[in-house]
Amino acid sequence: MTAPREVDTAALRARYPDVFDRPASARLAMPAMIVTALAILVYGLVDLDFSPSRFFAGLSQLGWISVMMIPPDPGSSLPVYLKAMGETLSIALLGTTLAAVFALPVSLLAARNVVPSSVLRFPVRRFLDSIRGVDTLIWALVWINVVGLGPFAGVLAIAVSDFGAFGKLFSEAIEGADKKQVEGIRASGGSALHEIRFGLLPQVLPVIAGQVLYFIESNTRSATIIGIVGAGGIGLQLAEQIRVLEWQKVSFLILMILVAVAAIDFISSKLRFAIIGPRAVA
Amino acid sequence: MTVAVSILPEQQLAVLNAAYGQAVARRRWRLLLGAVIFAAALVLAAVGAEVNLRTLFTYFGNFLSYFDRIFTLDNGQRVWTDVGEWLWGWRKWLRMLGETLLISYVGTLIGATLAFALNFFAAENTSPSSWLRFVVRRLLEFARTVPGIVFALIFVIAFGLGPMAGVLAIAIHSTGALGKLFSEIVENADMKPVEGIRSTGASWLSCMRFAIVPQVTAGYASYALLRFEINVREASVMGFVGAGGIGQELVVAIRKFYYSDVSAILLTIIVTVFIIDISTGWLRGRLFGKEARS
Repeated sequence: MTAPREVDTAALRARYPDVFDRPASARLAMPAMIVTALAILVYGLVDLDFSPSRFFAGLSQLGWISVMMIPPDPGSSLPVYLKAMGETLSIALLGTTLAAVFALPVSLLAARNVVPSSVLRFPVRRFLDSIRGVDTLIWALVWINVVGLGPFAGVLAIAVSDFGAFGKLFSEAIEGADKKQVEGIRASGGSALHEIRFGLLPQVLPVIAGQVLYFIESNTRSATIIGIVGAGGIGLQLAEQIRVLEWQKVSFLILMILVAVAAIDFISSKLRFAIIGPRAVA
Repeated sequence: MTVAVSILPEQQLAVLNAAYGQAVARRRWRLLLGAVIFAAALVLAAVGAEVNLRTLFTYFGNFLSYFDRIFTLDNGQRVWTDVGEWLWGWRKWLRMLGETLLISYVGTLIGATLAFALNFFAAENTSPSSWLRFVVRRLLEFARTVPGIVFALIFVIAFGLGPMAGVLAIAIHSTGALGKLFSEIVENADMKPVEGIRSTGASWLSCMRFAIVPQVTAGYASYALLRFEINVREASVMGFVGAGGIGQELVVAIRKFYYSDVSAILLTIIVTVFIIDISTGWLRGRLFGKEARS
C-alpha cells in the first residue's frame, strides 16, 4: 500500500482560487444568515410570550387531555356525526365543482396564448391573486353574513376560494398546451371559439380533471374546518365538543376525519389513474 | 383553385364511418356513464349540503352589496376618499400583522427543525429499521392530516389563549408536511457518498451528516420557504380560535359588522401575503438558482 501522496497545496491553491480563497463576504454569508435566523427566532419566542414554565404546564395539560381521549367514543351521537360527515363531503364536492365550472372561462382570459393582450390579462390575474390571498375560513365568515349559518355558506366559501386557485392552475395548463393543434384548426378555417373547443380543450381537459379531483381531496380537509366558524359539516361538531371538553368524542371525530380523508384520497387517486393514466397521479 | 381534399366514394366512406363510430361509441358510453354518476353525486351532495338556490338568489344581492358596504366609510363616503379614516387602526393592525408573521416564522422554523430530525427515519433508504420507519411515517401522516386549526383549538385549551397555541399548531402541521417532502428528497439522494463514508467505518450519524445532508440542504431550504408562505396564510386565521395574530381583529370586525375595518384588514392581509410570496420567490431564486424555484 502506498502512503498518501504529498499534496502540493500551494499549486492547488493557485489552480483553484475560488475554492481556497473565497471572499470574506461569501464565507460570512452562511453564518450571518444563521445568526439572523436565530436572532429572529429568539425575538419571536420572547415577543409571543413563550416561557418554559408555561410550555411545560401546557404540555402536562396536553398529556392529560390525550389520556382523557382514550378510548374514542361517540356516545349516543354517532348518527349526528355521520350526517355531519356526509355534509362535509357534500360541501367539498359541490364547492369544488362550482369553482371549476366558473373558473374555466375566466382562466381562458388569464392565459397568454388565448388573450395575447397583457392589458386585459393583468387585471384578471391580480383579481385571481387577491381571491387566493384570502383564506377559505375568511370567505366562510363573509358568506355566513350573506346566506346565514349552515353548510350552504361552506359550499360558497370553498367555491370562491378555489375559484382563485383554479383560475391560476387552469390558465397555466392552457399556457402549457401545444399550439400546433390550434394552428391546425385555424388553418382549416375554424373560428376563435372552434380553436378553443377543438384545439385547446382536448389537450387541457385531462390535466384539469386531475387537478379538480386533487382539489376535491384537499377540500375534504378544508371542509372539515370551515365548520369551526359555523359553516356546517363535521368541524362544527368538532369545535363544539372541544369547547365543552368532551375529549372522547373529540378523538372519535378526529379519527373519523382521518378515515374519511384517507378514503377520499384512495378513491380519487384511483379515479385520476383511470381518467388520465399514471403520469398525472404524481 | 383545385380542392386538395379527395372525396371518397360512398361505399368506402360508409365502412370507415362505421369503424369510427364503433371506436368512439364505447368511449362515449363510458363518458356518459361517468357524467351520470357524477351528476347523481352532485344532486345527493346538494341535498346533503342544504343547498337552497332560492336563498342564493334572494341573498346574492347581499353578497355584492356586502362588498359595497365594506368599501364604504361610516359617513357614507367611499373608503379611498379618506385613507386616514379607513386605515385608522393601522398601528394596531401592523402590530398584529407582525405577530402573525412571527407566529408563522417561529412555527415554520420549529416545524422544519423537527421534520429535519425525523425525516431520515422516515426515508426508505436511510432509515435504520423498518418498524421505526413505520412509526415515524404514521406520526408524520397524523400531523399532516389533522388540520392546523384543529390543533390550535386543542392547544388553546391546553396552553391558554394567545399566540403560543398558534405557533405550536403551525409547528406540528409543518412538521408533518415538511417531514414527508424532506424524506422524499432524501429518497432521491445519491447513495454512493453514503457507501463511501460507511466504508471508512463511520457511524450512521456521520453518514447522514457528511453524505446526505450536503446533498439535500438546498431542497430542504426551498421547501421550508414555500411552507413559510403557506403558514403566513394559515397564521392569519389562527386568531379565529383565539390563537393569536391578525385573525382576532378580523373576526371581531366581521362579526360586529365594522364594515370598513373588514376591508382595511383584508387589504393589509392580502398585501402582506403578496409581499411574502414575492420576496420568498426572489429569495429561493437567489439561493438555489432557477431550477429550485418551481
